Amino acid sequence: MNFGETAVQKELRDLTRRFVQKELTSIVEEDERVERFRPELIQKLGELGLTGIPLPEAYGGAGLGYLEYTTVIEELAAGNTGYAISVSVTGLTQIILNLFGTPAQKEKYIPSLASGKAIGAFSLSEAGSGSDAGSLRTSAKREGDHYIVNGTKLWCTQGDLANTVILLARTGEPGAKGISAFVIEKGMPGFRYGKREKKMGWNTSHTVELIFEQVKVPASNLVGKLGDGFKIAMTALDSGRITIGATAVGIARAALNTAISHSQQRQQFGKPISAFQGVSFMLADMAVQLDAAQLMVQRAAWLKDNSLPHSHEAAMAKLFATDMAMKVTTDAVQILGGSGYTQDFPVERYMREAKALQIVEGTNQIQRHIIGRNLTQVSHSS
Amino acid sequence: MWFFSEEHRMLQETVRQFSKDVLAPRIEKLDDEEGFNRESFYKMGELGLLGITVAEEDGGAGLDAVAATLTMEEMGAVDASTTLSYLAHTILCVNQIGKNGSPEQKKQTLPKLISGEWIGGMGMSEPEAGSDALGMKTRAVLKGDHYEITGTKTWITNGPNGDIFYCYAKTGDDRKDISTFLIDRQISGFSTGKKFSKMGMRASPTGELVFDHCRVPVSKRVGSEGESIRMMMRNLDLERITISGISLGIARSAIEVATRYSKERKAFGKPIGAFQQIQERLTEASAWYEACRSLTYQAAKMWDLGLMKGKEASMMAAKAKLQSAQMATQVALDAIQILGGYGYTREFPVERYMRDAKLMEIGAGTNEILRVIIARQMLGNDVVDAGS
Repeated sequence: MNFGETAVQKELRDLTRRFVQKELTSIVEEDERVERFRPELIQKLGELGLTGIPLPEAYGGAGLGYLEYTTVIEELAAGNTGYAISVSVTGLTQIILNLFGTPAQKEKYIPSLASGKAIGAFSLSEAGSGSDAGSLRTSAKREGDHYIVNGTKLWCTQGDLANTVILLARTGEPGAKGISAFVIEKGMPGFRYGKREKKMGWNTSHTVELIFEQVKVPASNLVGKLGDGFKIAMTALDSGRITIGATAVGIARAALNTAISHSQQRQQFGKPISAFQGVSFMLADMAVQLDAAQLMVQRAAWLKDNSLPHSHEAAMAKLFATDMAMKVTTDAVQILGGSGYTQDFPVERYMREAKALQIVEGTNQIQRHIIGRNLTQVSHSS
Repeated sequence: MWFFSEEHRMLQETVRQFSKDVLAPRIEKLDDEEGFNRESFYKMGELGLLGITVAEEDGGAGLDAVAATLTMEEMGAVDASTTLSYLAHTILCVNQIGKNGSPEQKKQTLPKLISGEWIGGMGMSEPEAGSDALGMKTRAVLKGDHYEITGTKTWITNGPNGDIFYCYAKTGDDRKDISTFLIDRQISGFSTGKKFSKMGMRASPTGELVFDHCRVPVSKRVGSEGESIRMMMRNLDLERITISGISLGIARSAIEVATRYSKERKAFGKPIGAFQQIQERLTEASAWYEACRSLTYQAAKMWDLGLMKGKEASMMAAKAKLQSAQMATQVALDAIQILGGYGYTREFPVERYMRDAKLMEIGAGTNEILRVIIARQMLGNDVVDAGS
């Protein structure tokens, strides 16, 4: 086994880190406060080749794997979670099209997304269906060579900014089998976005309601086959679990580094607080958990890159990494003490951001359900 | 609690109603905008809450630690920010004046503090002296009939808006040479420095106090020169017991909201409370909350009955706060988790509960310092000091 970083991964890490320092560091805290997202930064990331990493070069992607993808996501998350999530979501849009789209769909939509000129979104959840995605109600009824879409979606990241949205809607029977996937384009009559959520964190990221009122969607915008929607969504979530895991690792590493640095500088009782076991053992536990999480995320990415089954490992990585990030960021606030509680330092923001990671992309309770089911019903070799 | 008196129960009802009527309607907006519920203090004054531990002959309610703790639990369940400001006013300032002030000092300050006309605060921490409180550097130099005070205090609750502060300053070179002064906002050389933007407790103003050769009359010194440590430490013990009430209140509300949601929210054809993972989080939260509640009120009752010698009281207070604060953070985090996406929005109060709860592990003695206090009692100072 080779645990080292390749030259390409190192280059991507450095490139992303430089982008963060140049474009994000000075604006993040204020943007968080006023809840502002800058779409032009996605364009800039696109120019650096960072918005379509796992997509084929034929469509403008970088043609790389998830080990490279997660490296970039990690570094972006350390800069600002909103942008890590944005790249993950726009990436997801492309990945779904790449796996399930027709050649025409791929040609039409992927290149502009991969280059960062367009932004993508993914819309599955509704007010009445989060974890129970299969019970979604937004409908798409066939009428001639169109589908007429009606309904309201919730929790859509950058759904108001996106040019291209992958929508999951009901085309058939109740339950998972009656769901299909469609490409929705910004500006389609009857399609609009509703309220923006005010959230605990991720405040640069727009989270919106999507409203569909008699939206005519061409039948050629169906992605995959009728009834494939749930399968498409689940495949997408496998990918999302790995990138969420990487996001967790990125935030946690930023928090740990801040805590270590503070503990070396802050003096009380005549010595740096890192001299007290109470602080150093906390740092030790944080580092061990972070390391383990990073390895789990990398392992899931490696399996995926090698076309091996990875669903189980992705779920475990997501669960572990996000629980880890919650603990590490909370402990980072503790180590920075009173300072850590103020907005003078980023650690309280990391703590607020970590919480969402335990919820999105399949709550950690759903992850445990999946993992437990895998263990007891399916004989698993990995 | 089973040992609450009739008076305690009536107080509980009163505070619960006050919190519902005066605090609940405004907290969301105040938290968002980092405001302060000034009006609530006048109402608290009317209800006799602001001088809750002050003797009746001095205009207070003459009540006990149990009363103060349950007041904080009831208020904390609705608005932890205002409760924190209440604690700084009532326990850190008013209680101290009531216990340690001269008759003249009490007469000059208590009426307006107890009516709510004035807001009080306390100045101990400094940029270089947090956990190491005795490492404070603010210096008071005696010059005839007045002291000249120079230094900076930080993390001061009610700093930006307080009218009078109960401040600790060095009057000698030894770590133990600490004295106490009543500082009026109006005195020359005094200003409030920066106001902090915080993760939580955002409706409780926190700021710096800046002393630039402030002229403070000797008559404003509380107690004898260099004799403040005992009074300071004793009050920290009471503060730790009562502030645990805030953690209890936050946790209780978080559990209530999460329980209700678990009955109402459906997924996979059933209320999510039907799933054992949800039950595990709720039940563990509830059991830990009960344990902390018992521990905290036990500590308060033992304090009131005078059952603990000095260091024992410090240990009990530390245990109550150490557990309650950690419990509240965990319970609030789990409440958000149970509410899923909705729990992460500001539409529901649970995300605020988490942001507010975290401070309780840091202010008034970090978890780490409380562990040292308990360790000293369990192992002895010789053993604990051998580690440094």
